[in-house]
Amino acid sequence: MTEPFKYIGKKRRTKEDPRFVSGRGRYVADIALPGMKHVALVASPHASARIVSIDAKPALALPGVLYVLTGEEFCAATDSLATGVDAPKLTRFALANGVVRYAGEWVAAVVADTRALAEDAAEVVEVEYEPLPHVIDAERAMRPGAPLVHPAHGSNVILHKKFVWGSVDEAFAKAKHTLAFRATWGRSSTVPIETFGVAAQWDPGTEILDVWASIQMPKYPDQVARALRLPGNGVRVHYDVDVGGSYGVKRGLKHTVLAGYLAKKLKVPVRFIEDRLENLRGGDMQGPDRFFDMQVAFDSDGTIRAWKIRAVDDVGAYAGRAPFQLGKPITAICGPYRIPAVEYDATSVLTHKTPQEAVRGFGQSPTNFAMERTIDRVAAFLKMDRIELRRKNLIRSDQFPYTIPSGSTYDSGDYHAVLDKALAAIDYPALVARREAARKSGKLAGIGISTCLEPSGGNSAFEVLLNPKNETTTWMDSCLVRVDLAGSITGVMNTSSSGQGHESLVSTVIGEVLERDPGTVRVVRADSLSALPSNSPVGSRMAIMLGGAAAGAAKHIRETLVAIAAHNFECSPEDLEYRGGDVSLKGAPEKKLGWDQLVEIAHRKFHRMPPGVEPGLQAKFVWEVPTGGGLPDAEGRVQIYPCYSFETHLVYVEIDPDTGKPSLGRYVCGHDCGVMINPDIVHGMTYGGIAHGIGAALYEKFSYTEDGQLASGTFMDYLLPSSMEVPALAIVDHCTPSPLTTFGQKGSGEAGYLGAPAAIASAVNDALAPLGSAVDTLPMSHLAIWKAIHLSRHPERSEGSPSAGS
Amino acid sequence: MSEALHPVVVEVNGRRREAHVPARLSLVDWLRDELRLTGTHVGCEHGICGACSVMLDGEPVRSCLMYAVQANGHRITTVEGLAKPDGSLSALQDAFCETHGLQCGYCTSGMLIAAQDLLNRIPDPTEEQIRDAIGGNLCRCTGYQQIVEAVRLAAERMKE
Amino acid sequence: MLQLERPDTLPLCRTRGFLALSYGLTPGPPLKSAPFEYARAASLAEACDLLARYGGDSKVLAGGQSLVPMMAMRLVRPAFLVDINEIDELKFVVIETDFCRIGACTRQMTIERNDWLGARVPLLRQALAWVGHAQTRNRGTVGGSLAHADPSAELPLAARVLGAKMTLRSSKGARTLDAEQFFTGPMSTLVRPDECLEEIHWPVWNGNRTGSAFTEIAIRHGDFAMVAAAAQVALDSSDRCTRAAFGLGGASGTPLAFPEIAVRLVGTKLEDKAIDAAADDAAAETDPGSDLHATKEYRRHLARVLAARALREARDRAVRQ
Repeated sequence: MTEPFKYIGKKRRTKEDPRFVSGRGRYVADIALPGMKHVALVASPHASARIVSIDAKPALALPGVLYVLTGEEFCAATDSLATGVDAPKLTRFALANGVVRYAGEWVAAVVADTRALAEDAAEVVEVEYEPLPHVIDAERAMRPGAPLVHPAHGSNVILHKKFVWGSVDEAFAKAKHTLAFRATWGRSSTVPIETFGVAAQWDPGTEILDVWASIQMPKYPDQVARALRLPGNGVRVHYDVDVGGSYGVKRGLKHTVLAGYLAKKLKVPVRFIEDRLENLRGGDMQGPDRFFDMQVAFDSDGTIRAWKIRAVDDVGAYAGRAPFQLGKPITAICGPYRIPAVEYDATSVLTHKTPQEAVRGFGQSPTNFAMERTIDRVAAFLKMDRIELRRKNLIRSDQFPYTIPSGSTYDSGDYHAVLDKALAAIDYPALVARREAARKSGKLAGIGISTCLEPSGGNSAFEVLLNPKNETTTWMDSCLVRVDLAGSITGVMNTSSSGQGHESLVSTVIGEVLERDPGTVRVVRADSLSALPSNSPVGSRMAIMLGGAAAGAAKHIRETLVAIAAHNFECSPEDLEYRGGDVSLKGAPEKKLGWDQLVEIAHRKFHRMPPGVEPGLQAKFVWEVPTGGGLPDAEGRVQIYPCYSFETHLVYVEIDPDTGKPSLGRYVCGHDCGVMINPDIVHGMTYGGIAHGIGAALYEKFSYTEDGQLASGTFMDYLLPSSMEVPALAIVDHCTPSPLTTFGQKGSGEAGYLGAPAAIASAVNDALAPLGSAVDTLPMSHLAIWKAIHLSRHPERSEGSPSAGS
Repeated sequence: MSEALHPVVVEVNGRRREAHVPARLSLVDWLRDELRLTGTHVGCEHGICGACSVMLDGEPVRSCLMYAVQANGHRITTVEGLAKPDGSLSALQDAFCETHGLQCGYCTSGMLIAAQDLLNRIPDPTEEQIRDAIGGNLCRCTGYQQIVEAVRLAAERMKE
Repeated sequence: MLQLERPDTLPLCRTRGFLALSYGLTPGPPLKSAPFEYARAASLAEACDLLARYGGDSKVLAGGQSLVPMMAMRLVRPAFLVDINEIDELKFVVIETDFCRIGACTRQMTIERNDWLGARVPLLRQALAWVGHAQTRNRGTVGGSLAHADPSAELPLAARVLGAKMTLRSSKGARTLDAEQFFTGPMSTLVRPDECLEEIHWPVWNGNRTGSAFTEIAIRHGDFAMVAAAAQVALDSSDRCTRAAFGLGGASGTPLAFPEIAVRLVGTKLEDKAIDAAADDAAAETDPGSDLHATKEYRRHLARVLAARALREARDRAVRQ
């Protein structure tokens, strides 16, 4: 591949790493405000109950206790958080008012001098409950007569949409074969090592609420202000707080409204940092909890004619944006395959469980898992090689741009090339030989494969598709570039980061455009009152959107410098050449105005400025998502995300047949996200996504007991994979530039996670295939794998259901 | 009733620190909130994630599983104490930057403590030894790959 | 020993979520300990005096790797903590002819790095390889793990299989308990509130053809075992078993050893068939619980598989000597 870039795509240390390795990050828990008070919460022990009474007096009598806030006061003084789908009767507040709808829901907040004292007091707040019937299973919750989580809504279903794109019934009628099965994705999440935290301070003089938070969320300041009944400019969110990991879930809206209310009411700075137990249970950050009833129609040669996907998602007791996680996958609803007809039936169901929140990929990884299980099952049915079947159905490189039945157009790709590269990198024939040898020696061994898409760019047109009242059609992002009098360059971004290396991104892009060393470009963050519009780093969008905005602003600077030189040389800009910040006359390099001279003119010598050009040297650029802005047509077709990265995963697994214990061996991911701005950052996020996918596939689940209690409420029971469970990982890069973006880049923040669970499920099922067993439910726990082995050997025995777990 | 305070004298990153602490104050809370050494992070407070790892008398321990009062008379090294005497990055810290062995930075201080202990004991560790040494430190960003590479790189550079 | 209600019930999951449920505790907010009084004992005598004074309201704080998180979750809330970490007389390893004595507050890492001990009581080092992580073994103590008596912890199982003896000290004197008596249930021992574990005697098998093995299935490396198995065997010059011991952890309310079954192996050549039969018999004696990670039936199955593996591995090591 030719390398037209000077800095983009080159090995380059990040701007952020040095401060983190020396312990100089600044996270929300590092913010110490003078006189700051601390919050602890009283949480519901019941999945569903009426609050009969709350007695805070014993708590208020303890030393250091300032205040106890209950839902009655809080809900009267604030407005409900927004529900994304059209369900106006659903209200959601940080504190329960009269009714609790899940075990762990916050009932009261205690403010005290220290967190320990607040916890002492929270223990003695006396709450009397009258338990009510509960439902924690989505299918049961949909049946008539099920307890209603929000009786005012009239049903536990808060979203049901059915789309038919193309001649689905005809395809099913004409196809030689059909298959149907259920794939189930267990409730897991990204679970960053930093919990959510927020510090808030009300200034009665300026009437501004200052907020520091570990936040990754679009429209956060607006929503906080609205819930607190403050004007939009009454909340100032400080984005210069390092976020200790998010991957989608750092959306502590309710935490912030609570802390903001307390800070304003008590006129003291208030900090609330979730502890790990609160985070897992009442932090509202659990991910999709979904089953897919898949039907597929195909011919004997492996051609897939259509599929029908019925997805039912258990969203928990309240819903913010979480139901939209059924919508994003519509933008890649046929995966990387040529499938001309698709039916999609999506239902979001309320249950008495912890509310769901956005998780890396926003519903795409579960959907990819279900689609890839389908492909593997078709291959098994036809006794066809899984790779050949994929090759046959993958969209070919000469077919791009490729419009799928649901209306999105895939920008570019070469799926076959990436697959071939990955197969070569892992030495596929040798891997097959290894599997065969392992099987001969009595082991269960399997090879997993997945070929998956990673939609990127974050144009959330699924919102209007699922809720016609919500006509949001822009998901812009912005950047401001300033050059100061000394000639130093500063890029100003307008959101916080949680490890994605945005400062490196912005400095590299600005350096590239202005041909200045990115190491000298400083990147800072505006606060929300001084910020340009941003929709935060969701949906694998920042390389495209922030990168594009930074490039756009830097280009303005460059054009301004050329214009200044043209004015001073009394020539046309076309006669000039920009090189490294200096501007010279083409063919006469001695006739030159250097960077420092141009900067000085812009800042000090208005008499030498071209007419109509602003003095100083700064430029903003606000960019709309490429291909964005459209509304759905009558059939529900709309372009959602603009760019489509592709990943193929190959993984080897061996399973101890006597214990069910899986261990992962070689792992190769072939990845094409277009032009990489910083390869180390892209690779790092991909490796991390794979590890996260390993967790979702084998280890991680929020399990609930029959009585609605979260059973995996600690890190001893919610199991994040360690370096001992994640094998050595290898990535093979491929580059198909996107025609839609500034440098040909696509998104990659969700890479790895979108294909790893599917690949691992493929590997485990390949290992189980000789037994005639299959596992279509994630996570594939040791127990689940053992059961699959055990039942294949002793089909007459079926184990009694465990006393715990759902 | 107010809690009794216990006098402690602790050497932290080579500096003598004196304080009076309530018995229930964890070592990590003391380091972070009182000494303002915020490079050590709190991840789970129940001894699983390793984010709060510090050196106690030169050996890594979880500072959420110790009370500050127990550190009396001991020597603590936190991430802020890992740099070279001139303040520049240690070989290990520099290697983490070189391989991008971190993203959000939250688990990083604990990782550095665990990995530094490994290199102190085993200057030329195998990949398996590296994975075992950081096995008690959870990272959610990196998949551990570039961390393992960083430790290997640091070991190689320290050999030179 | 933790003072929890209904200590007869095996915890359904590792920590609070389930401990709270299974013990009927109200799940509360905390991860900061409730207040307590604290004293650092300078000597064993002082520790015993403090325990005598505060009795049932006090707890001994050793490495704290299990106690501190449970206090943070307020599942245990002693009024008084007696910190024994600075008592030098509780930190020692003495290797005698027929046994090794280990001071109760000796760090697990000290044991792990002691090659001499590793040669004399190899099962101890083999068990420690499965215990937690470097950071927890640097701080965790041998006595602390035994006194905490988690039914799936590794050191209690090793103690049970080898027939270790625990010496308990109080201001009234000392007494010694056999591992068999010592463990009475999940997180429950015969240690009285005024007693402090002083030292542990680990028997040494002096034959020159002994082998031992420790194996377990945990979901992640370093986690508590779903089931663990330990075995030690001695062979004569013709590979005939002269002595055998084995046991299972995580398969009942306490670590189990099976001396009656093991004795049937004596005189055999530890053929796979004999080992499988012993493992079957042992598994039949287990009474495991169900939780979200493993059902009773799965645990019992693992018990059989792992007991056989440990015995085989121990045999193979002995044969090689």
